Amino acid sequence: MLQLLDESPIKERQRPPLVPQGPRGAAQAEKVRDVSQAEEAQGEWVSQMLSVAQHGDEAAFAELFAHFAPRIKAFLLKSGAGGPMAEECAQDVMATVWHKARLFDPSRASVATWIFTIARNRRIDALRKARRPEPEDLPWGPEPEPDQADVLSLQQESEKLGEALALLPENQRALIEQAYFGDLSHGEIARITGLPLGTIKSRIRLALEKLRQAMT
Amino acid sequence: MIRHHLNDALLMGYSAGQLPEAFNLIVATHISMCDECRARLESFDAVGGALLETAVTDTGEVAMAEDSLAQVMARIRQAPPEPRKVQRPEPCLFPAPLRKYVGGDAEAGRWRAVGGGVRQAILPTARDASARLLYIPAGMAVPDHGHRGTELTLVLQGAFSDAVDRFGPGDIEIATEDLEHTPVAEPGMDCICLAVTDAPLRFNGMVPRLLQPFLKI
Repeated sequence: MLQLLDESPIKERQRPPLVPQGPRGAAQAEKVRDVSQAEEAQGEWVSQMLSVAQHGDEAAFAELFAHFAPRIKAFLLKSGAGGPMAEECAQDVMATVWHKARLFDPSRASVATWIFTIARNRRIDALRKARRPEPEDLPWGPEPEPDQADVLSLQQESEKLGEALALLPENQRALIEQAYFGDLSHGEIARITGLPLGTIKSRIRLALEKLRQAMT
Repeated sequence: MIRHHLNDALLMGYSAGQLPEAFNLIVATHISMCDECRARLESFDAVGGALLETAVTDTGEVAMAEDSLAQVMARIRQAPPEPRKVQRPEPCLFPAPLRKYVGGDAEAGRWRAVGGGVRQAILPTARDASARLLYIPAGMAVPDHGHRGTELTLVLQGAFSDAVDRFGPGDIEIATEDLEHTPVAEPGMDCICLAVTDAPLRFNGMVPRLLQPFLKI
């Protein structure tokens, strides 16, 4: 992975806690340091997800919950769900995150992306009541472990995509939000162009190729 | 080698969860056959992930109910552990999402003759768009037709050609309103396609037009 040498190290993340952090013991403080080191190596939230997947780590899950559950609820509210339904669906989504944690592949998706797909499917069930067949899945489990360098670059690309979206002109960004949160007809979606997806697509393509090779 | 792929609007619509069921089916089936489009889809999912990361409502950040985490943990502890699934896709003609709708491979389809040796099997989907399998004997043509809406045709076996190009296994043709085409199956192998449309087809011959209400196409 020569090109990795050219990439700047991950920036210090500014993440305002949504839930006030309680006092932590020394052991927990140690754990937090471990997590932030792992974050630097793997990208945000990946270490918590893997800890849930591999050890059923409830503390790691609580961190994921504090960050993602309110965002899932906001996503559902914006999609037209009422308060009680949004709360219930967000809880469903987080329970699914726990149960399906082993299917999360950090060389193909950021944690936010993976949780988005679960939240979207829950929203379709709850609000549109339409069936949404899923593609045949590729096998994924504890083995084969994805390459750390692949994980890191995919996580970095996800972050860059977020930054690029934030820099889009307001009306374009609003249209994209409407496509993902609201109801935008197919014809209206066709008007959305110029999303900077080339690099992240290449990364995912590479991860898929490696999975295919591991299958044979 | 797949040469004809999904377009961005379909991939984004599928990622955002905004397509009719029949379109979801053909997108999921094509992606099962095409890693290029799978990678493109997952990059559109990454857009959803980035939006989720910054999701707030008009009135600002949202809070979960006070005992929310405790409720979820209680549910998690009650649920039986998920069976660890090892997926090795069996060698089938139809990818898994399509097999669920047909109830198996091609022989499980509820085929009906539509003339000229061509057969079709309508698949059960929501009414906002329709999906059907088409069976075109080698060398035969599907009656000349145009469409009021969008028609997507995915080749599962064999190949067909029309005024646009040749379409082989895994290729998807995206035909809009203005295209009137006569797909002809290549000689040598019968062609099986999944076809999806969001409006009834318009046949140009008199007889097919009279039959249309009965054929449900």
